Amino acid sequence: MINLLINDQKVSVQEGTTVLAAAKMLKINIPTLCNHDDLCVAGNCRVCIVEQKGARTLIASCATPAAEGMEIHTNTLKVRNARKHIVELLLSEHRSDCTKCYKNQNCELQSLANDFAFGDHVFLDLVEDHKYNIDRSSPSFTKDDSKCIRCQRCVRTCSELQSVSAIAVSNKGAHQKISSFHDRPMSQVVCTNCGQCVNRCPTGALVEKTYIDQVWDAIYDPEKHVVVQTAPAVRVALGEDLGYDPGERVTGKMVNALKQLGFNSVLDTDFSADLTIMEEGTELLVRLKKALVDGDTKISLPMFTSCSPGWIKFVEHKFPEFLPNLSTCKSPQQMFGALAKTYYAKKRNIDPSKIVSVSIMPCTAKKFEADRPEMRASGFKDVDYVLTTRELAVMIKQAGIDFRNLEEANYDSVMGESTGAAVIFGATGGVMEAALRTAYEIVTGREVPFGNLNIIPVRGMEGVKEATIKIEGCVEAWKFLEGAELKIAIAHGLVNANKIMKMVRDGEASYHFVEIMGCPGGCIGGGGQPIPTNLAIRQKRMKAIYSEDEHMVLRKSHLNPEVIAIYKEFLDQPNSHKSHELLHTHYTERENY
Amino acid sequence: MENKGLNKVDLIFEKIDNREVLDKGFRMSRDEIIQEMLDSGLKGRGGAGFPTGMKWKFTAAEKCPDKYIVCNADEGEPGTFKDREILDRVSNKVHGGMAIAGKAIGAKKGIVYLRGEYRYLLPKLMIELDAFHKMIKEIGYDFNIEYRMGSGAYICGEESALFESIEGFRGEPRNKPPYPTVSGVFGKPTSINNVETLVTAMMIIQHGAKNFIQYGTKDSRGSKVFSISGDTPTPGIFELELGMTVQQFVNEFGDGDTKAVQVGGASGFCVPRKKFAETIIGFEGVPTGGSMKLFNSSRSMYNVLHNYLDFFTEESCGQCTPCRVGCQQLLKGVEKVKKGEAKSTYLIELMKLADTMKIAAKCGLGQSVGNAFKSIVGNFKEEIIY
Repeated sequence: MINLLINDQKVSVQEGTTVLAAAKMLKINIPTLCNHDDLCVAGNCRVCIVEQKGARTLIASCATPAAEGMEIHTNTLKVRNARKHIVELLLSEHRSDCTKCYKNQNCELQSLANDFAFGDHVFLDLVEDHKYNIDRSSPSFTKDDSKCIRCQRCVRTCSELQSVSAIAVSNKGAHQKISSFHDRPMSQVVCTNCGQCVNRCPTGALVEKTYIDQVWDAIYDPEKHVVVQTAPAVRVALGEDLGYDPGERVTGKMVNALKQLGFNSVLDTDFSADLTIMEEGTELLVRLKKALVDGDTKISLPMFTSCSPGWIKFVEHKFPEFLPNLSTCKSPQQMFGALAKTYYAKKRNIDPSKIVSVSIMPCTAKKFEADRPEMRASGFKDVDYVLTTRELAVMIKQAGIDFRNLEEANYDSVMGESTGAAVIFGATGGVMEAALRTAYEIVTGREVPFGNLNIIPVRGMEGVKEATIKIEGCVEAWKFLEGAELKIAIAHGLVNANKIMKMVRDGEASYHFVEIMGCPGGCIGGGGQPIPTNLAIRQKRMKAIYSEDEHMVLRKSHLNPEVIAIYKEFLDQPNSHKSHELLHTHYTERENY
Repeated sequence: MENKGLNKVDLIFEKIDNREVLDKGFRMSRDEIIQEMLDSGLKGRGGAGFPTGMKWKFTAAEKCPDKYIVCNADEGEPGTFKDREILDRVSNKVHGGMAIAGKAIGAKKGIVYLRGEYRYLLPKLMIELDAFHKMIKEIGYDFNIEYRMGSGAYICGEESALFESIEGFRGEPRNKPPYPTVSGVFGKPTSINNVETLVTAMMIIQHGAKNFIQYGTKDSRGSKVFSISGDTPTPGIFELELGMTVQQFVNEFGDGDTKAVQVGGASGFCVPRKKFAETIIGFEGVPTGGSMKLFNSSRSMYNVLHNYLDFFTEESCGQCTPCRVGCQQLLKGVEKVKKGEAKSTYLIELMKLADTMKIAAKCGLGQSVGNAFKSIVGNFKEEIIY
């Protein structure tokens, strides 16, 4: 243990603990900016400077390991003056149009300004000296360099968490900026639109592209029938933007709030998640049969899940040779969209051209996904507008809804019914677990051999999870799988996806089925989720997801009555011709810039 | 105040029998070499002046079997050109110094990081290096040197940014600790020394610390190569014993009308005429990595300062706030004052900002911008305002 003094208080810490963390143990708050729990230390904003006795300069507490006998003071005159200077310097290169900014009151720089730099500023405005541009090329987010304070959180996120590196630091000195390859528009580089950078940007430099006004317009248009679907991960995180602690489930209140907002029908992405299990599970079994029994060498295994649009675009850019390995199933959002303007329209007897389909997603990549040209199976744009969890919270606030005191409400029908298997899509390992619950039962006629259906080996925050499921006691139709060992793997966060892909590519690992989610923790840690995020918050959301599952009556996708009904009435059977038309898609190789 | 006066010496460029000195060095134990360096009082010749013996001692103490000796030849300080001359004339001594350092710290690998603009020296250096490797092999000592090229960024002369550059990354300073002696290039314990420091180390092995300390003062031992430029009838490279005053220096190199001397380049200090007599060139007064620029009364100190700030605004890596934004504010601030668009008292605010940069910037670059700013504004305020 290392002993040091901070503001004259003794503290003992493990070796390697930073001064910042040591101070936190004493409940001494040191302001930070470039520091983020999920990322490596940068030490570049210098907001967290403190005074160390005997040192020539101030030290960055986030970047300095505690040392034996250190004497630290966090609030001396020297520190205060320097910190005020630093915050003012940051503000001098930041376009402070706060009242117009989407991040107003949710901006870390603004809050530092409130604390340390109120009143007149000494320094000259530098914003006009630079020719800043706003990159609006991505349908998912905008990048406004005039609000960038060069903390490099986005750069670290993109490389460390996602191994994408679509953005990096370019130029030096006054011209230093965060840039894409050769300054290409963000829509023309390897960016997966995952929004992890958006989730970690302390200012308004990176924000999701909002479609709030378009959705309001649709709601107020009497000609339109507006349906809304909500992704599983939204219900365990939305509360955070509305005054709840992380990990609180607000499903019923959220449904009611959506009704209050004026959506004509409040439906559930979980319905199409269950449908995804039917389609994807069947696809897997068919692939296995063709490969194992028919000896078809053209069948690509392992099969990769395709629910996460960030992951899909990642493969399209970085591992195009594996496009045939991706499940052809659309994501639940897009399955829902295709059915909203066909099946739903027919059932409810509504002209599909009058339907506006909105989805609430924990994700920014979903905005891009909805814009893909292939996603028009219904003859219209299947999903018209995608809002993030954060945007929904904004709408709820705009409408003046007293969220905390709302009654709980149920989803509408049709396409509002779901099972626990669909809910857990929101957490890493969830799709795998849901698929196993159904596929195992199809093949063996028995439930998965795990207590209370909880397949613990596929759960948790480990970056790459592997498991082997031995299949025994098959029913007649699946006898060929008797005794087979199904090898599965799960990865979340693209840095882990990258690891798995390299292992598979280099023949170091062989799997049958791999679930990959683009964001850390899966959709609960999506780029469209409430800010801030860190491991503890994601774990709380994950816990809430599994608790939601436990509270469901139905916990296996194939038992969803509306899923059973749609096959009976409309789709015929999983992987039918109609299913392929509406629920399956194809992928495109993309440049790796 | 110890004053040795101005004495020209010829030790650095002195032709020696490299083999003989190396044989002597290799016969010494690691501890003996380090002790000799400590006894000599040698301080780094790049400008920062860290005691070389200490640096070697710390690196030697690391247990890691893989260590590096890196020669910093990124000579980028405005007005410094002595390392170029040393590499051109006595690169064998540089290589020899690296081998001695390698022995002292336990490194088998040396890397010379050569300033991008000095690429033209490379063919000649390669011939010298081949000869050196051949000789080292004959001696039977296992040590290898390779050259890595810089690409013209001033910041890459900062030791940890230099490591990043060698490793193929963007040249940005690292957080310290860990210091290079613990985790330097490729994360290995590294002693990084200036070109001239390594040659001086050779000199100390050759003549012994006892003889070396006959030169210079208590705080600034030995002699040093100066790069002299500006308003002087005799610009060029001169090796001088340390411990002279600026006045003695100006008497020798000035043009009779010297109003200021910028000691240590853009990151150094400006000494005005009225302080010439009381200022020693060395660690007890104004230290320098070699750059000495003389300005006569025809020069506008505003232009000098503007030039330096322009330089730093470009050459900051841009990573940390105080340096990236601070440089721009200082530059724009003095421009405003000069144009009459800001009150002259705004200079007081800028002086405070320079103080903040000195204590809050991440690396030596940002920390030293304030040196030139404060000494020029402090001594020539009227030239900045009017």
